[in-house]
Amino acid sequence: MNQSSFDLSKNFQEAASGLTQREAIEEANRCLYCYDAPCIQACPTGIDIPAFIKKIASGNLKGAAKTIMLSNPVGASCARVCPTEELCEGACVLNHSTKPIMIGNLQRYATDWAIQNDEPLFQAGRTNGRAVAVVGGGPAGLSAARELALMGYSVTIFEAEKEAGGLNTYGIVSFRLPQRVPLWEVHQVKRLGVDIRTNTKVGKDITANEILESYDAVVLAAGMGTVPMLGIEGEDLEGVYDAIELIKETKTKPLTDRLVGKKVIVIGAGNTAIDGATCSVRLGAENVKILYRRTKEEMTAYDFEYEFAKQEGVEFRWLTAPKRIIGDEKGRVTHIECIRMQLGEPDQDGRRRPVPIEGSEFIMQVDAVIKAIGQMRHLELLTEFGLEHDAGVVRIRQGSYQTSHPKIFACGDIVFGKGQGEAMVVTAAQQGKEAAYAIHQYLEKHISETA
Amino acid sequence: MADLSMNLAGIKSPNPFWLASAPPTNSGYQVQRAFEAGWGGAVWKTLGEPILNVSSRFAAISFNGQRIAGFNNIELITDRPLEVNLKEIYETKKRFPNHAIIASLMVEPKREKWHEIVKRVQDVGVDGFELNFGCPHGMAERGMGSASGQVPELVEKQTYWVKEVAEKPVIVKLTPNITDITATAEAAVQGGADAISMINTINSLMGVDLDTWHIIPHVAGKGAHGGYCGPAVKPIALNMVAECARHPRINVPISGMGGVSSWKEAVEFMLMGATGVQVCTAVMHHGFRIIEDMVEGLQHYLDSKGIASVMDLVGKAVHRYSDWGNLDLNYKVAARINTDVCINCNKCYIACEDASHQCIDRLADATGREYLKVREEDCVGCNLCSLVCPVDGAIDMVELPRECPPMTWNERQAAISALTVSNAEAK
Repeated sequence: MNQSSFDLSKNFQEAASGLTQREAIEEANRCLYCYDAPCIQACPTGIDIPAFIKKIASGNLKGAAKTIMLSNPVGASCARVCPTEELCEGACVLNHSTKPIMIGNLQRYATDWAIQNDEPLFQAGRTNGRAVAVVGGGPAGLSAARELALMGYSVTIFEAEKEAGGLNTYGIVSFRLPQRVPLWEVHQVKRLGVDIRTNTKVGKDITANEILESYDAVVLAAGMGTVPMLGIEGEDLEGVYDAIELIKETKTKPLTDRLVGKKVIVIGAGNTAIDGATCSVRLGAENVKILYRRTKEEMTAYDFEYEFAKQEGVEFRWLTAPKRIIGDEKGRVTHIECIRMQLGEPDQDGRRRPVPIEGSEFIMQVDAVIKAIGQMRHLELLTEFGLEHDAGVVRIRQGSYQTSHPKIFACGDIVFGKGQGEAMVVTAAQQGKEAAYAIHQYLEKHISETA
Repeated sequence: MADLSMNLAGIKSPNPFWLASAPPTNSGYQVQRAFEAGWGGAVWKTLGEPILNVSSRFAAISFNGQRIAGFNNIELITDRPLEVNLKEIYETKKRFPNHAIIASLMVEPKREKWHEIVKRVQDVGVDGFELNFGCPHGMAERGMGSASGQVPELVEKQTYWVKEVAEKPVIVKLTPNITDITATAEAAVQGGADAISMINTINSLMGVDLDTWHIIPHVAGKGAHGGYCGPAVKPIALNMVAECARHPRINVPISGMGGVSSWKEAVEFMLMGATGVQVCTAVMHHGFRIIEDMVEGLQHYLDSKGIASVMDLVGKAVHRYSDWGNLDLNYKVAARINTDVCINCNKCYIACEDASHQCIDRLADATGREYLKVREEDCVGCNLCSLVCPVDGAIDMVELPRECPPMTWNERQAAISALTVSNAEAK
């Protein structure tokens, strides 16, 4: 299969088309407008779903977008990436009678309207004279910043990348989440007067102390870093990629034809692994296999992601772990040696531990290996701020997001793990809001105590 | 198989479904297509002095995305020369001798005008006449249609003039744009009408465009009231049919219409006293082909009920229709929620809480599972919860055991006044 890069760019346009006006109105009218609806309870950000759907039905699209974005500052992205069948749509009462409302698609319809019409939805609160720094402009940081700005805080976001938006901007494939969507959400936050300092890495371009001295409080929402090393031979060969870096490249640089016609192996079975795999398919790879050392049951990718990957032609090899990556004399990947696994006793997190089956090694021919086995922690940043953490997971006070430093509140992926929260965009958004409220409470109390 | 053939005041048709006088019966081509599709009869679009029409003419109400819940028009009677219509009526009747063709007529309220048109039309072989005393727009401004249909004396007089020369049954079509339709119905009977038909369309203003502020529909920026029909008007039409059917001095057959969209409404109209129904809006929405389901559905209904002839339906529920004062005050129903069917949308809860008698409780069982329960002692049996419930079978309105013998308001008042009288006499 030979594809020109022009063809490739078509592959990276958004795969799912939005609802037409007629489809949206029909679907919106199907909503029962439940009282105290379970879909609201199921949404981590508590969007008043029946209200926004009613507004779509009445033709009040601006109102619908406001209802969504008020509860979820990254509601346009979430409309596309939320595992809705596990959240709002899974809770829809119509699961018990006909079929659930397409809440995600309706949310996309309303937010697409807002994006196209680009009307400001909110205004900053009256300034209260206090300043908060937000480290990291991803979903959690943006959400915290937006909420603080509505309450009248002067907010500055320190963002290491060229653009804010975090994983939504750089880490989710364009054909599922085009960059214009998170960038619009960033624009909404900027409109409230939030200063977003991009290309600014804390610890390099500004120190933690400078921030702590200049701001009344800090939101630490720096997320996670690159994919860790597999710790096997051949990892530095040409043709071994970090899934997040690969996806980022497709969203920031012209598409290349280097995977066209190639055999690709993706290691890992989370959502990023799926994105790495489908991304490879759309970059023209001839065959894409996902290797996972556990089984489908333990896979962390959402069901709809898994289904999407299968439709894209991605193959899955369960209970298979890489042992060694083999290259040619020019240092390019040619083969991968794998070993079959079986599940043993459950480990600390309750999942059954995979155990290698001795002597089951085998070799497959490959042209590229994509690593997607999770992300590394920002240990340097935590040291810079002097925060307590568990293997990179920032310790926070139960229910308050306050870290070991009273002025610093942490939310999003930086606190995810060790039993703290979920790695969903929508959860990060909610944590950002809650961290903002916690800061407000903290500063109000602080002021009244010092007054 | 039940017999679907119908006889309305001597006008026979193979089934009780007629096309109403309206755009679908504008020409021989259309009426013949309708008969081929299976319609039992057609009331030809109103004949009279050919008129001029405006553009545009129709508008409709969508409800929650559903098209044509209600429909309105400002189109007038036929815009084709009388001789063309008469020729096509003749040809159509010749091709379909067993189908009913009724000529709708409208002329100025003058005796010689009525005589002239009746004579010319009956010569081509129509099965009957329908006098259009109902059209609410345009023609009314010229003293015809509903303008004469709203004045009982004019209805009586014009019916009488028609009957002087008509050799075929005369149906008088009534306007609903009147406080009490039985007044004009009775006048038609007094004038000698062989049958009455109702309802014609209801005065309506369909809407205003939110951007241009134009009337909907508008003609070069101006609008005028139109005639409203379609599914939304059925309850209004059904009441008027029933009121006439139970009226002791209105003892002629009724051709029912207004929102008949399927065989189900036809059964309802017939049970409430109509001998057959007329249909227009549903055909304007979907075409003549809907007749297949109408005929088949009615057939299956009658067969399933063991009813031999569709004529056996006529008027069978009229005796159940009365005045509020004759309703039993001691009859009680209450809502009962079937928690195994309920999907917990809480619509009944909020409806009762905000708009009725606050008698539904939100509870949780031992496992924390939420459920809804009606406090029967506080329930007034209003039906609201069961009406808003989106799931069939989740809420039943259950008849409660009687605590007192039946007693209507009228009986109660009579008893009170009897008591007062005897008390007064005792003093």
